[in-house]
Amino acid sequence: MSINGRETLKTNVNELFYFKRARAIGIPLAIFAYLTYVLVSFDIMGLSERGSLKNAKTLVGDMYSYKTHITRDNRNGGISVSVEGEKKGRFPDGTAPSWVELGNTTKVDLGGGHLIFFGEEDVVYEVPNYGRIWAKPSSRGVEAEFPDGPLPKWINQSKNRIAITTEAGRLSITRNRAEVFRYFNGWELFFFTLDSPYYGKSVSELVSLAHSGELAEILEEFWYNKMWRHSDVAWAIGETILMAFLGTFGAALMAFPLAFLAAKNITPLAPIRSLFRRIFDFTRGLDHLLWTIILARAFGPGPLTGALAMVVTDTGTFGKLFSEAIENVDKKQIDGVQSTGAKNIQRYRFGVIPQITPVLLSQILYYFESNIRGATVIGAIVGGGIGLMLTQAIITQSNWEEVAYYIILIIILVTTTDWLSGKVRQRLIKGPSSNDLIGL
Amino acid sequence: MLEIPSTQKYKTQYFNLIKKRRTYSAILLGIFIVLMISGFNVVDDRNAGGFWAGITSIFDFPKEVILEASEKADKIPGLFVKFFPSLIETINIAAAATLAASVFAIFLSMLATHGMAKWPRLIPVFRRILDIMRAIPDFVIALILIFILGGGPVPAMIAITFHTTGALGKLFSEVNENSSLKPLDGLSSVGASWMQKMLLGVIPQVSPNYFSYGLLRFEINIRISAILGFVGAGGIGYDLKNAISWGKGRYDEAGAIFILLFVTIVIVDQLSGILRDRLTHGNKSVGLL
Repeated sequence: MSINGRETLKTNVNELFYFKRARAIGIPLAIFAYLTYVLVSFDIMGLSERGSLKNAKTLVGDMYSYKTHITRDNRNGGISVSVEGEKKGRFPDGTAPSWVELGNTTKVDLGGGHLIFFGEEDVVYEVPNYGRIWAKPSSRGVEAEFPDGPLPKWINQSKNRIAITTEAGRLSITRNRAEVFRYFNGWELFFFTLDSPYYGKSVSELVSLAHSGELAEILEEFWYNKMWRHSDVAWAIGETILMAFLGTFGAALMAFPLAFLAAKNITPLAPIRSLFRRIFDFTRGLDHLLWTIILARAFGPGPLTGALAMVVTDTGTFGKLFSEAIENVDKKQIDGVQSTGAKNIQRYRFGVIPQITPVLLSQILYYFESNIRGATVIGAIVGGGIGLMLTQAIITQSNWEEVAYYIILIIILVTTTDWLSGKVRQRLIKGPSSNDLIGL
Repeated sequence: MLEIPSTQKYKTQYFNLIKKRRTYSAILLGIFIVLMISGFNVVDDRNAGGFWAGITSIFDFPKEVILEASEKADKIPGLFVKFFPSLIETINIAAAATLAASVFAIFLSMLATHGMAKWPRLIPVFRRILDIMRAIPDFVIALILIFILGGGPVPAMIAITFHTTGALGKLFSEVNENSSLKPLDGLSSVGASWMQKMLLGVIPQVSPNYFSYGLLRFEINIRISAILGFVGAGGIGYDLKNAISWGKGRYDEAGAIFILLFVTIVIVDQLSGILRDRLTHGNKSVGLL
């Protein structure tokens, strides 16, 4: 090699290195610049105003704990005790949990030395290490006396309202009512509601009751629990699975014959082929969301609409995938069948179908699995299944324990179907590569 | 004379086998048909409008929209301009979420792959984390975040990032498993740190696959971002919901958004298809497309 050649080679290599270095710095810089632009355009700075830390706190707290409300109506002196302040979780009149003593003066023991007394007209809260708080609601407002010294931060006083938040619970007094909240961990009334005869029974008691022939009643009380509605939840999950099942397999049934018409090796006529291809592209491209909207107009809200939206979009997806699978079949097997004198139909039946069945089944299963996840979203839009229950619970903005429950159920549902379909697919094809299955 | 052994025995055996397989298939098919029909009836019952009543009016709504949109055809370009910023927002949500999720997924997937993990004992932990991130539907996270952060694109972006991290993390770790570990040994022998080993030993091998999966996910995320807008998280989905709830008289807006969304999805699908094809098959095949 001449000196000259070496020189150009050297400059070439240098240029290449320079280029690569520039790229190594440039790409991350470009990504960073883009993300900054997006965050600025999304007004990330304004988030601190719009967002609410308080909401986040109640949400997280509510997910793993519940509160019992003890409410006194100041106008008639009546006291009611209920879980989460809900009618369904109310203790029958004259009963209360063991830490509440009903009487002329109702004593509420919040634990840790925190005591609250509801008198005939006044309310007294004894806070350890602070002192005695006295308050009296009347039609003019709320009068109150506090221990000497400046008011601590956890007491919030105005003319018509006093709110005291301590580590043991919360007391709020307004003109009309005085209310104590005590917080507990866990999901109260998950198994039995208060009006059930089995409420508060231990596991061993329940087991012995079940042995003495009450199993059916126990299960019924649990199943029709009014707070947690286990039977409705089970129905909803069934509906979600059903939507995914009907959607996926309905689409597969529609796509199967059409895919042959779009396959190059089966349909020699190019116009027909491309016509079906365009139909597949169209139903696929118009997305679940748009199909759901269009179909909801015709069929009304409900799970059927969700299932049909899946049928339409997945017909496009399956049509494309199936026709690709058909195009990839081994020609030799068809020739072999033909050489025995098989007719056209027989050639497809014995030459093509046995080759593509495992591939198609595996693809269908993969989509069934992802449609179960999709069915929760579609259910939220069209109103069906667990997605609907979840959105309803979120909209109340207070039943976060139910939201947590549904999310856990959805995670269990999704992971089990993932696992099951993974097992079945592995049996169908030894070691499927995710490359072939995921292609949309 | 050579005697030909009788094949009769094998023949009956073969036909018995075939018969047995056919009965099994028939039973399975029967169960499947029963499930489909009864499932359809259940779903049909619980729907507000029945299937047979709805199937005849299936084209009513599209017809109305198309008629109204074509009457006001002169307004459509103006509407395109009006909704273009929302479309950009939807695309930005998807793109930013995909980018951020790819970065997270690269790290998590490496921590979840044998031979690459920095802490091999924690591999199952990282795998479970990815599984859980994948299992929580994005709209659930979005709805909860809307409660905390208020409406707008940020909840949608975080929600999509979360789910996509799980989805890509799994795919990336499969890619990692198929990559060669020899460059890592080489780098270890010269005393490279974990970060250097990953950057110089793994990334060059796997980046085309990562990129291809990232693009695929971007396609999916555009759709999801539109859906999340419909649930209340900004972007073109939100405008679509409003346009539809206005009802008759404003269907030109709905029509314009339909077209915008459809065209965007098709363009992104096509572009990413071409790019992915180029990544997996090299530059040659581009000419064929």
